[in-house]
Amino acid sequence: MKEIVVISGKGGTGKTSIVSAFATLATDKVLCDADVDAADLHLIMAPKIRERHDFTGGHTAIINKERCSQCGLCRELCRWDAISEDFVVDPIECEGCGVCYYFCPEETIDFPEKKCGEWFISDTRFGPMVHARLGIAEENSGKLVTLARQEAKKVAEARALNLILTDGPPGIGCPVIASIGGATALLIVAEPSVSGRHDMERVAQLAAHFKVPAMVCINKYDLNIEETKAIEDFANENNIKVLGRVPFDPIFTHSMVQGQTLFEYDSKSEAAQAVEFIWEKIAGAL
Amino acid sequence: MIISVASGKGGTGKTTVSTNLALSVKRNVQLLDCDVEEPNCHLFIRPTIETVETATTPVPVVDEEKCTLCGKCGEICQFKAIVVIGETVLPFHELCHSCGGCMEVCPEKAISEVSRELGVLEIGHRDGLSFVHARMRVGEAMSPPLIKKVRSLSQSGRLIIIDAPPGTSCPVIAAMKGADFVLLVTEPTPFGLHDLKLAVGAVRVLGIPCGLVINCSDLGDDRVKEYAKAEGLPVLMEIPFDRKIAEAYSCGKLVVEVMPEWGRKFEELYYRIEELVGLSGSNTT
Repeated sequence: MKEIVVISGKGGTGKTSIVSAFATLATDKVLCDADVDAADLHLIMAPKIRERHDFTGGHTAIINKERCSQCGLCRELCRWDAISEDFVVDPIECEGCGVCYYFCPEETIDFPEKKCGEWFISDTRFGPMVHARLGIAEENSGKLVTLARQEAKKVAEARALNLILTDGPPGIGCPVIASIGGATALLIVAEPSVSGRHDMERVAQLAAHFKVPAMVCINKYDLNIEETKAIEDFANENNIKVLGRVPFDPIFTHSMVQGQTLFEYDSKSEAAQAVEFIWEKIAGAL
Repeated sequence: MIISVASGKGGTGKTTVSTNLALSVKRNVQLLDCDVEEPNCHLFIRPTIETVETATTPVPVVDEEKCTLCGKCGEICQFKAIVVIGETVLPFHELCHSCGGCMEVCPEKAISEVSRELGVLEIGHRDGLSFVHARMRVGEAMSPPLIKKVRSLSQSGRLIIIDAPPGTSCPVIAAMKGADFVLLVTEPTPFGLHDLKLAVGAVRVLGIPCGLVINCSDLGDDRVKEYAKAEGLPVLMEIPFDRKIAEAYSCGKLVVEVMPEWGRKFEELYYRIEELVGLSGSNTT
């Protein structure tokens, strides 16, 4: 079983468009959307949901005011200032640590598990897909990412598919860490700008930190050739394989508007050809 | 006043809007870059940094002489960050949320706290603009505590502009909570619209008035505008796709540096926000 996870550091570099394009090219795979915070892959894949599951993660404290003696111990112990002067817990500030619940002398604090989101197993025109949606303003995105990846693996095993293609989240924090552990390789989609390079370098450091092999491709490379070269130089110096360059092309936007992959929209375009070239290199490496 | 610049989808132009706005408004402005995972504002602002601090969070250490292996610490910990295995107690610092529960519950007072590094805070300025950002340590999972540290450095009496991280979960909430206005930067594409709806949902959970900036407004389709109209969300600015802007951005240049006429537009954007905040009756500082 192999898993390629597409990440970027910076948001909006084209991860989801590239994963969608790969979905057209790769055979015998499961798609996984690990960007549970702002999942977009389903907008192109148009999944037919076969299974829907609740994701419960974490707890929130609720003070039962009738029995509360207002002793103030909970407010003293809470490190998040989540409990107001009149002993109401702010569910947004509550970290779910349970310290108030544990120590309340009146045992008047409830600590229920909460539903934080949903995850799905679906069928798409490119094969099965596992995706998820974290509730708005919720925590535990890392746990939901881990769950989605585990379920994608189960689907792959059950259907004897040997590849998982995962669309990762931006950044370098908890959901990204949860996305990359144990992956066969990462594809970093970089953008040739000072910020794109800065963010790509940080996510490359993260990959090195967790010892996951990384490769890089540069999207919209012609917007800034100097930065494209700088990213490639950085990659070469840091043992990151440079797979290719994709030109800036409005067909990324046009195909998205149509709900199509680059190949469905215009497989002859220069951008689609470049993505195909990159995919062949990945498939070869696998 | 606090204006938080957020988006849902990444790469829509949050940093472009927050940096250009910060330099165009003729007020005492402080810019807080709260995208601590991938901070970018400094690449455009090029501030003079005066203070560098390491930001930390407390995590437990166990005095094995005092520990009786009772296991109460492992019981209270919701994050599996401290466990008794055989004859020893193992704290997992990377998983710890710093609630202090284990230390509080330990009957032998065997637990004390040391520091885990969250990242580095840098404080500086560019002319009259005050600037704060943080760079999360590579390998650190939790950004909200570091975002809160950046926000704790807000100076009173200044207009605070926050560059928020992408997404709709806890890091974004940490960058929006308590703001007087959230400026949502979006692009008129299906991904932009989908993530915008999520971001609007998050802003509404917090009960903060918001408005939109539509970037690359001439690419894509009209569905973002239709949505904005249906939801009563004011479109405060539109930035058409311009290769000149994209190329300037890629070199770390501000829009107002290469096209000074945009200075007035960003200033007007601020006045419209001021008006909307006045209308909503919010007067939090």
